[in-house]
Amino acid sequence: MPDWPTSFGYLIKVPHFVGGVRFEWTHRMLAGSLITLTLAIAFWTLLVERRRWLRWLAIGAFCTVIAQAVLGGLTVLLFQPPAVSTAHAAVAQTFFCIAVAIALFTGRRWVEEQPRVEFDQRRPSLFTLTLLSIFVLYVQLILGGMFRHHGMSWWPHVLNAVVVSFVLAWTAVRALTAYSQIEAVRRPAILMLSLLIAQLCLGFTAFLTRVAWGRTAVQPELPMVIATVTHVAVGALLLATAVILAIQVWRHVPVAFEERLPQAQHDPSVA
Amino acid sequence: MNKKTGWAGITFVVVALCALLVLAACSKKEETPASSPTAEQPAASAPAATPIDPATVASINGTVKFDGPAPKAPKIDMSQDPGCKGMNEAETYVVTGGDLANVFVYVKDGLGNRTFDVPKDPVVLDQQGCRYHPHVLGVMAGQTVQIKNDDPTTHNIHPTPKDNREWNESQPPSSPAIEKNFAREEIMLPVKCNQHPWMKMYINVVKSPFFAVTGKDGKYEIKGLPPGDYTIAFVHEKLGEQDQKVTVAAKDTKTVDQSFKPAAE
Repeated sequence: MPDWPTSFGYLIKVPHFVGGVRFEWTHRMLAGSLITLTLAIAFWTLLVERRRWLRWLAIGAFCTVIAQAVLGGLTVLLFQPPAVSTAHAAVAQTFFCIAVAIALFTGRRWVEEQPRVEFDQRRPSLFTLTLLSIFVLYVQLILGGMFRHHGMSWWPHVLNAVVVSFVLAWTAVRALTAYSQIEAVRRPAILMLSLLIAQLCLGFTAFLTRVAWGRTAVQPELPMVIATVTHVAVGALLLATAVILAIQVWRHVPVAFEERLPQAQHDPSVA
Repeated sequence: MNKKTGWAGITFVVVALCALLVLAACSKKEETPASSPTAEQPAASAPAATPIDPATVASINGTVKFDGPAPKAPKIDMSQDPGCKGMNEAETYVVTGGDLANVFVYVKDGLGNRTFDVPKDPVVLDQQGCRYHPHVLGVMAGQTVQIKNDDPTTHNIHPTPKDNREWNESQPPSSPAIEKNFAREEIMLPVKCNQHPWMKMYINVVKSPFFAVTGKDGKYEIKGLPPGDYTIAFVHEKLGEQDQKVTVAAKDTKTVDQSFKPAAE
């Protein structure tokens, strides 16, 4: 579709569903619904939520989804420049992570449970590793987006996949070996490891179908589309899982500072 | 909860997002300078054409061959649009008995500072059977390209040039022709249809009228050349460019053949 925010001149009129038009139009309608729902969440949070930071987070979610819509418009009006299209992809996943975090923070378990706390004395701390995981996943997301939008070759994305695998495996193994007794840490760690393995397989399939076999394809082929879309979706799940793990580690496994807590390494009451 | 660590995490996320925005801003596509002519506004004060003595002009012709087994044309699946009916093979390689079609042949060098009148007649690009006709087109800089839609479906013409202005316009069935021009010289400028992903063609924008596109028999002819030493370029969308030097005397007719080897995998 060459126009935005209208679709072939209309805001909501269903166009002739041909080729990519059906996907682009549905994408735009879902985006509109998402903005409405996010606005409702922001209003509802402002009305009923007592935690001030959570109210700000809900407002942040709404601002992010608006920024995402603007980036979507820019990518159409500027003829899909790789950097803008990649930013559109990255902000989408940022919004997804914020939405997942809001769901976590407003869940019954988070609100009602008395968190089990164990101080982390190892260096780098598990919390640092979770932040590093989020960082390398973001870099991977940007490199993948740039490749998908023809702004970069495939090899930086593949090279960084090795780094991502190492960092995420390190983080998950540390969480599982040191804090497997904490369910809130163990579950996202197992999920992150499982998603990482699935994502590597999907990445390999996407590489085969798109780069190795699909180099001379005259149009997007079904295996190429399925592999790429699944790879992007599982990538978003992986990033959201890393964010949840980071939040749970921040809550349950805070970093111990010796100068401040000389005797409190195993004292849960400090939390 | 350790406040320092929490703030470090938030700061980290903010910095990462800022880096992303900086990346997006830095990689913004180069804008066309406001003072330079755009695709719709060719230079108004074009210099007068350099006169050519019609009694001395020469011509160059030849055949372009494909040196190897003809690659199998990939099939196109047009089932996504009932309005698309016709031949369903890609035109990347059109080889008939070793003759290579869709090679753009033009005088790349040797014309010096000569200038040429831009033809007033438009060059027609037709969309029929959800394909572009022709697949490879030559046009002079500033010359009008008239784009027609003879299909019962909407097309979305989207050239993706490097040196000219990019545009993207829809063309419903039975709508008037779209008229555009390209201000700057550009070889193998890709044009795609955003609605039908298999639809691709190439426009070649040159400053002189000395160009041709090989037909199915691989033949081309360039007429009206003033005598001189020239570099003739043969350009194929996948096989790249090959050059040949040629000298033509007054009223000469030279044959310049060329062959392309299969692209390395």
